[in-house]
Amino acid sequence: MQYQSQSVAKPYFIAAIGLFIGQILFGLVMGLQYVLGDFLFPTIPFNVARMVHTNLLIVWLLFGFMGAAYYLIPEEAERELESPMLAKLMFWIFLVAGSLTVLGYLLLPYAGLAKITGNALFPTMGREFLEQPTITKVGIVVVALAFLYNIGLTILKGRKTVVNIVLITGLIGLALMFLFSFYNPDNVVKDKFYWWWVVHLWVEGVWELILGSILAYVLIKTTGVDREVIEKWLYIIIAMTLITGIIGTGHHYYWIGTPDYWQWFGSVFSALEPIPFFIMVVFAFSVVNKRRREHPNKAAVLWALGTGVMAFLGAGVWGFLHTLAPVNYYTHGTQITAAHGHMSFYGAYVMIVLTIISYAMPLLRGRAAANSNKAQVVEMWGFWLMTVSMVFLTLFLTAAGILQIYLQRASDTPLPFIVVQEKIELFYWLREAVGVVFFIGLMVYVWSFFVKDEEGKSA
Amino acid sequence: MSEVLNKTVARNIYYGGSLFFLLLFLGLTFHTNANFPERDNRGAITEQVAQGKRLWEENNCIGCHTLLGEGAYFAPELGNVYKRFGNSTEAVKAFIKSRPAQGIPNRRSMPQFNFSDDELEALAQFLKYVSEIKTANWPPNIQG
Repeated sequence: MQYQSQSVAKPYFIAAIGLFIGQILFGLVMGLQYVLGDFLFPTIPFNVARMVHTNLLIVWLLFGFMGAAYYLIPEEAERELESPMLAKLMFWIFLVAGSLTVLGYLLLPYAGLAKITGNALFPTMGREFLEQPTITKVGIVVVALAFLYNIGLTILKGRKTVVNIVLITGLIGLALMFLFSFYNPDNVVKDKFYWWWVVHLWVEGVWELILGSILAYVLIKTTGVDREVIEKWLYIIIAMTLITGIIGTGHHYYWIGTPDYWQWFGSVFSALEPIPFFIMVVFAFSVVNKRRREHPNKAAVLWALGTGVMAFLGAGVWGFLHTLAPVNYYTHGTQITAAHGHMSFYGAYVMIVLTIISYAMPLLRGRAAANSNKAQVVEMWGFWLMTVSMVFLTLFLTAAGILQIYLQRASDTPLPFIVVQEKIELFYWLREAVGVVFFIGLMVYVWSFFVKDEEGKSA
Repeated sequence: MSEVLNKTVARNIYYGGSLFFLLLFLGLTFHTNANFPERDNRGAITEQVAQGKRLWEENNCIGCHTLLGEGAYFAPELGNVYKRFGNSTEAVKAFIKSRPAQGIPNRRSMPQFNFSDDELEALAQFLKYVSEIKTANWPPNIQG
């Protein structure tokens, strides 16, 4: 660690992992509710478990992104963070606001939460992923502004590199697009149209800038390959991301009351969206192959390569699978969407946050460069257990989705939704089983932080 | 990668390409918004429908159901539920009203929300309004 203020990243990373555990636990609850419909009903109905599952994911990824920025920006800008104090304060505000919101979901009926937070005055709640009370959304904006001020000034007063400029571009984009969560017209078509400006332009737009810059940073550090080479790759990746991804938003505009031409724009451009992910795989492997040194943190390199591969599979391949309008006509809103959602979020965003944590955490904990070999081996077990189980989870959901589409939408005698759900139950059981393996993998990963090395020191 | 594609060229593709497609996207957005009145069934949006949408949101219906294919996949599509229930707001209301508070053993069940008659009517009218949005013939059949 070259700058003292980089240490503010540590609590962000710890909170991210803590909330990740919560996210997976609620995922297991939902998986069980898929097969045992009355599990925990009516104490924790499915919708509540799902809100907790998805909102915890978003919040912990944001903790991870902020931690990543606080860690790498001082080093890139070659100066201390503008205000470590502000970063610490924002950590606690974000953690408390996030926890209160999740407790609100769990302890109150959602309508009651809407009432006490004054949703009637400024209604923004009750839309997928944007379920947070309006006051929480305002809190998110405040935290984001303070965060951007802090890293923005650090960059402005310091060295500007492609990595830190791309990272802050992505983070500013993240904050900017989130403002559309405050727009909630009575017109459902308009509501849905601009809802995607948050959701799509986040995960298939500006978040990829964040992903690319973190990956570039970790590869510069672990391979010693010339920065100029890596920065060129980064530019090409994010150029392809935005060239394909912005108009690619159109693949959400097929069936929601928008003009038919979106079927063409959406199909053509989103069919190209795998390109930046493919370049990312080539980038990661070629840079690691050309490495000028053997970095002792093998686990971090494994996470970096894994991010490239899994993001390509999840976002690229599984995205392409159902993105063409004639295909999407059948797959829209089925388990195919769920399959894609799981592997793309894991491959792209979960893994990039775990990559930077893997790289930075040993340094934040005062190691010279990496954890002990023993701890790294345990961490890699976590990597493989989580990654392989996520591949199978995706395959089982895909199988469920294909059957669902056939039975409910494509056969000559379409069956009602709930009848179909019972017929494909087997795949939901298999999904739950690999979900448990994923959780075991996560526990192994967490355990790796506590493995003692040969001299008996904690990793 | 060859020397032709150096860092400056890559940077220019990033800035130029992003800007071009951003402007194209804004242009398409403008055109789409101008075309909404032909498709979005806005004539049907009454006070009551707006109230129904609020109830839809404040009870997190999207947490289990899809609406025009978007949402959760735990419970049936509701964009066309009005049509599936025989173009009957009464049938929609009767279904919501009759959910058992303690659920159904071993099965998925919708919670009992204890809506008033006014609220039930608003929700049903909201679902009727959504079912009449022009969605390029999606879903493929009445089962959603």
